[in-house]
Amino acid sequence: MPKDSGIGASSKRREDVRFLTGNGNYTDDHSMQGEAHAVMVRSNVAHGKILSIDTSAVENMPGVLAVFTGEDFVEVGGNPAGWLIHSRDGEPMREPKRPVLAHGKVRHVGDAYAAIIAETVQQGRDAAEALAAATEIEELPAVVNMAAAVANADNRVHDEIPDNLCFDWGWIEDNRDAVDQALKDAPHVTTLELVNNRLVPNAMEPRSSIGEYYSSDDSYKLTTTSQNPHLTKLLVCAFVLGIPEHKMTVVAPDVGGGFGSKIYHYGEEALVLVAAKKLRRPVRWTAERSESFLSDAHGRDHVTTIEVGATLDGEILAIRTNTLANVGAYLSNFSTATPTFLHGTLMAGPYKVPHVYVNLKAVFTNTAPVDAYRGAGRPEATYSIERAVDKMARELKLDPVEVRRKNLLTPDQFPYTTPVALVYDTGNYQATLDKALELADYAGFEARAAESKSRGKLRGMGLSTWIEACGIAPSHLVGQLGSRVGLYDAATVRVNATGSISVMVGAHSHGQGHETVFAQIVADKLGIDEGAVDIVHGDTSKIPFGMGSYGSRSLAVCGSAMDRAMDKIIAKGKKIAAHMLEASEGDIVFEDGSFKVEGTDKAKAFGEIAFAAYVPHNYPLEEVEPGLEETAFYDPNNFTYPAGAYLCEVEVDPDTGVVEVVAFTCADDFGNVMNPMIVEGQVHGGVVQGIGQAMIENTTYDENGQLMSGSYMDYAMPRADDVPMITVDHSCATPCTHNPLGVKGCGEAGAIGSPPALVNAVIDALNRGGHDVAHIDMPVTPSRVWSAMNG
Amino acid sequence: MTSISMTVNGKPASGEVEGRTLLVQFLREDLRLTGTHVGCDTSQCGACVVHVNGEAVKACTMFAADADGADVRTIEGMANADGSLGTIQQAFQDHHGLQCGFCTPGMVMSAAALLKDNPKPTEAEIREYLEGNICRCTGYHNIIKAIQAASGQLTAVAAE
Ligand code: FES
Ligand code: FES
Repeated sequence: MPKDSGIGASSKRREDVRFLTGNGNYTDDHSMQGEAHAVMVRSNVAHGKILSIDTSAVENMPGVLAVFTGEDFVEVGGNPAGWLIHSRDGEPMREPKRPVLAHGKVRHVGDAYAAIIAETVQQGRDAAEALAAATEIEELPAVVNMAAAVANADNRVHDEIPDNLCFDWGWIEDNRDAVDQALKDAPHVTTLELVNNRLVPNAMEPRSSIGEYYSSDDSYKLTTTSQNPHLTKLLVCAFVLGIPEHKMTVVAPDVGGGFGSKIYHYGEEALVLVAAKKLRRPVRWTAERSESFLSDAHGRDHVTTIEVGATLDGEILAIRTNTLANVGAYLSNFSTATPTFLHGTLMAGPYKVPHVYVNLKAVFTNTAPVDAYRGAGRPEATYSIERAVDKMARELKLDPVEVRRKNLLTPDQFPYTTPVALVYDTGNYQATLDKALELADYAGFEARAAESKSRGKLRGMGLSTWIEACGIAPSHLVGQLGSRVGLYDAATVRVNATGSISVMVGAHSHGQGHETVFAQIVADKLGIDEGAVDIVHGDTSKIPFGMGSYGSRSLAVCGSAMDRAMDKIIAKGKKIAAHMLEASEGDIVFEDGSFKVEGTDKAKAFGEIAFAAYVPHNYPLEEVEPGLEETAFYDPNNFTYPAGAYLCEVEVDPDTGVVEVVAFTCADDFGNVMNPMIVEGQVHGGVVQGIGQAMIENTTYDENGQLMSGSYMDYAMPRADDVPMITVDHSCATPCTHNPLGVKGCGEAGAIGSPPALVNAVIDALNRGGHDVAHIDMPVTPSRVWSAMNG
Repeated sequence: MTSISMTVNGKPASGEVEGRTLLVQFLREDLRLTGTHVGCDTSQCGACVVHVNGEAVKACTMFAADADGADVRTIEGMANADGSLGTIQQAFQDHHGLQCGFCTPGMVMSAAALLKDNPKPTEAEIREYLEGNICRCTGYHNIIKAIQAASGQLTAVAAE
């Protein structure tokens, strides 16, 4: 019987009511008394020297209140990278300043070099256009192609960085010789060059920020589209503007999707704060979609060569990858962690591989910054491994399923230390593989393929067995790896006098349904009604601290903090109950929402204890403080390792190259599942983003650095009629061993496991149709597929 | 500036607008009906769908002045008279047809227009009809189920 409340129930989402009735509270829905509007002036060339900006040309235009240029921010700090990576030679990465507004040079199309503050948006736009016309920029040759960027020392994105190289990273350098040797000795080596195509995250809500300044106490408030308001606060205060943190509140209200792109602090946030102080008025900025394309951090953009050494019966002996990773024109906050520690550390996949070595060069180009996008590094690793293993199976004429089976770690091998420094705690990769094969009716595939053939279509099946590292992350470990922050999370559980509960969490919900799921967990543990629990998130003035939501970390890290805070509540409740029940504390047990004297029928309900804590008349005041509110910070001691097996079935039209995804099956191990309905929804969404990457989405810049895919007319988003229903299962659960909820995280899985399954399926279809095609780069558009078939 | 008046969610509404003011701006900024969203600047995403004289319209493609005298319905007008969720809204909640909620008003308005013309659409018909509504969160799976449920074609309540 499915549960109807608490952990494991598909509780309906409470947040839905406001979203379904038009009462959502997104940043741009706020209306501020007396507000002014910011409009950014963005470069229309990829690379150029700013010769002059004639602000006098617009200062007297209708409605113009102020004009800012890069000059105004020379004295303040830059927006930093959150991770310091060291190159193989021990040198620290090159870290150019990322200013609020470009100064001296513009470095990508969309790079903002000025901002207009005006009475209305329209007046701001008119003035922005006029200012652009009054600006002289000497266009410089654009650095676009990564290979050319590192080869040409004279053409520099940043004048001080001669080879456009941010770092040249090896993981793990000590493995290098052994991997070289193992590949030399391997009976078979599969080599594959592939492109992990650049994507634009495209949360449906464009970025938006409102700055307010209160002269009464010299304080600020930033309302912004953020996945992690505390981190934004830290960055904008401590690194960029030098505002004391106690003078700043950051609020991320309802946020319309993030997928990584709203993790980072962006210059517009600093700008609206500075402008608000200058004008003594609230200042609002909302991106138009075309600005989002130009200025949101993009995702992926790797060019990789992977080599897999294997025995002739398909046992993997070694994996080596060489990658160029685009970081764009500036380092976005997570941009140096994403291609390194979220990518290289995963290069053993779910397999028992003795030798792995990853080399990755991060390259500056005159394109928008590239950073974490749903999955962040792990999709790139998974795609490389799963395409290469599939190719290896094909080259050796082995069954791709059996090759996986031969190499997958077995349940008795956990905990397992990989050659790339992770310790997988639990898993059962055979179980998820078997489950996926069963749900996808793998056995019936040949019959379906024959039926497709009778209609002139080529049917193919593609598999990917994937793993990721989530629950980011143990602070001591990430500290060693270069992180400049800790990656714990925090929660305060406040039991009100009448027994209802407010929980202030550091995680931020922008579609994940935390308000519902976190309440389920609290209700379950404290034995009270879900309706008596409110989850408060997104406001730094209310919440102790938090590192936000990304990397499938909310439940595993913040949920664990909440669980620990509840442990403290229960421990305090036991003391109070012992006093009230005249028993010894050691005899008190907490069960079903009551504090009981073990073995007797003496008990106090949770609500009675809460009331006593706030009206402490009969209360152990000498030992216990009044009130019932506890905060916990939780720092995980390992990553979590969700894993699974995905099967994609496609039909290819050999005449047109059109690929149709006819079935998609996911068997995932997310550990314990708190709300199956929400987990399934996360997988659906992730898979469709993965199908989008594999089939239609692509971000292209021309050789001058102009973005060719800068709107929904040119950038193909998956639409309802591009995708099938998706079969999902999460029954093969091996709970995480090191967090109290046993959860692993589910937010990114779909986007990680799906692209290789789809491309593998297309390659399978073509080969079954007699076309000897080894690889097609994503997206597998009709023209690419047709060209591959027709040589 | 032009004076316009229209009926919005059954109530009279009026205002002064510039010729270039879009209907979506008028709804959001003048009437403060912020449930109708703006997700793009090329009429592609459908976050702004409202009904004008009973037809689904992208409110970012219509000038406010052109809606003068019209009967306009927005997401704020979709609940039952007692404030409870309407059938389509309820089906979206029951089947987890929304995550971040940003595309949702447009999805609900499009779904309502579809079901008016085609009370029992097939999955393929729903997918085709929603071609102008982008959702980045749900993968559409549960939106399809919600619309099937709202049309009485799904009996099981649990979302799969
Ligand atoms: S805002 Fe109207 S279609 Fe996107
Ligand atoms: S629910 Fe987020 S865009 Fe559809």
